[in-house]
Amino acid sequence: MTLISLDHVTFRYGDLPVLRDVTHTVDEHAFTGVVGPSGSGKTSLLRLLLGTEKPSHGQVTRRTGLEIGYVPQLQTVDWSFPVTVQECVLMARTTRRLIPWATPEERRDVAAALDRLGIGELAGRHIRKLSGGQQQRMFIARALVRKPQLLLMDEPTSGVDISTRHEVLHLLDELHRDGLAILLTTHDLNGMAAHLPHLVALQGRVVASGPPAQVIVPDVLEETFGARMDVLEHLGFPVVVDAADLRTGVA
Amino acid sequence: MSALLDPFSYEFFVKGLSAAVMAGALCGLLGVWITLRGMSYIGHGLSHAIFGGYAAAPLLGINVALGAGVWGLASALAISSVVRRRRIGADAAIGVITTASFALGVALATSLSNKGPGLDSLFGSILGVERSDLLLLGLSLLVAVVVFTVRYRPLLFSTFDPEVAAVTGVNVPRMDALLMAVLSLSILSTLTIIGVTLVAATLVIPAVVARMLTDSFGRMLWLATALGAVSGAVGMYLSYHLEIPSGTTIVLTNAAVFVVVLAVTGGRSLRKAAGLDDHPEDAGTRPSLARA
Repeated sequence: MTLISLDHVTFRYGDLPVLRDVTHTVDEHAFTGVVGPSGSGKTSLLRLLLGTEKPSHGQVTRRTGLEIGYVPQLQTVDWSFPVTVQECVLMARTTRRLIPWATPEERRDVAAALDRLGIGELAGRHIRKLSGGQQQRMFIARALVRKPQLLLMDEPTSGVDISTRHEVLHLLDELHRDGLAILLTTHDLNGMAAHLPHLVALQGRVVASGPPAQVIVPDVLEETFGARMDVLEHLGFPVVVDAADLRTGVA
Repeated sequence: MSALLDPFSYEFFVKGLSAAVMAGALCGLLGVWITLRGMSYIGHGLSHAIFGGYAAAPLLGINVALGAGVWGLASALAISSVVRRRRIGADAAIGVITTASFALGVALATSLSNKGPGLDSLFGSILGVERSDLLLLGLSLLVAVVVFTVRYRPLLFSTFDPEVAAVTGVNVPRMDALLMAVLSLSILSTLTIIGVTLVAATLVIPAVVARMLTDSFGRMLWLATALGAVSGAVGMYLSYHLEIPSGTTIVLTNAAVFVVVLAVTGGRSLRKAAGLDDHPEDAGTRPSLARA
């Protein structure tokens, strides 16, 4: 079943064209990575899916009653802000309630979301005192506490180390197997994109869409990133290397 | 002992003290939201902008509080709009709007000193507190408490993470406007006692000190409110005995509290308040090892 569809969507930021004639469907089984360099329109695509931006042309259609969870980039967050993990997750629970304190039901829901993400024991900790993986889990818990059918994530592994990247990847795989549709943006081809079941290569338009074996290929990468890259294979996964590195022996 | 209790026999001092406690509590409470949103400069600019309306209202033959309130709200919404749109530098836009308004206020107050607010409103005066000032302060405090109680969640969410708050259904521009309206009303009501030029300090210092003492947003609200109220009372008392403007003594009391807390807690608390605390596990500072 389709959750969101973009039908020949064009998006301009002022006079600047950002996305041209994008057609894409997010279904309830989606686990999709959108890859592309900075300025390729990844964030604009996310905003169109979220509904915070409207298309200049074309149509975005959401399933009635669709609940979307959104996880921003870690770098955009003020980590010195005086809130605990529990308070942070609770923010998203019910914003229309007129009382500031949490009800017992809300506390149970927040605790359940934190436990599901394996950080229940960190509920009272200040957000600054979390590791990168724990921070990402907290924001996913904040998104899940609203019981979404679709999770959108902006560069979930940007600026994190290898172990955190593995942690996030395995966590998302678990959530997807539990029935959550996921769409994320990433510029990390080897560490993230190559391990996802479906990719969209974006460069102002959809350059290619399909499984990694069809998208992570030299021609698509050159058109998307504007640089020649070669693709090797390791343990069944494509591995992207800079063609210049191969020529000079710096692999 | 009688010298200490002596000022309480004067009605003007009791009024001034009441006003200073309410003004301090109001600014302390509001300052938490203002500082965490990175809007300290807006608070400073807005207090100057309001002075223009404060001085122009008598000239236009309208109620001073109403005229200054409308002027201040218009300035606040203009500033908020500029900050959100980022078409030009926010600091430059705020500087232009507020200093022009302030200059107009000074010009009018000087040339129409028999009708205008007088320059006492620049630094606050213990003698200037009327019953109407107390009523306006009480109303402002009540409005702030009600707004921050019933809109606590969307205000907190839009302060911490406006992008995700908007996605989650919070009307972020409306929350910004609501906070600006409360800020305008609060600055207007504290002008008499604290003064235009010093009100920003009473917004910022209690909130910063509270942030140095706690990592909890809820506790920060209570602490900043209490610190503001106590500093207001002590500052007003000093103003009476030292015979200097009440705004200056209130701000100096706040500053003294800041220095004491800094001395007791050390530089770490200040770095925490400034968002520069050590964070060895901060993912954002780690280099990415991804190649492509």
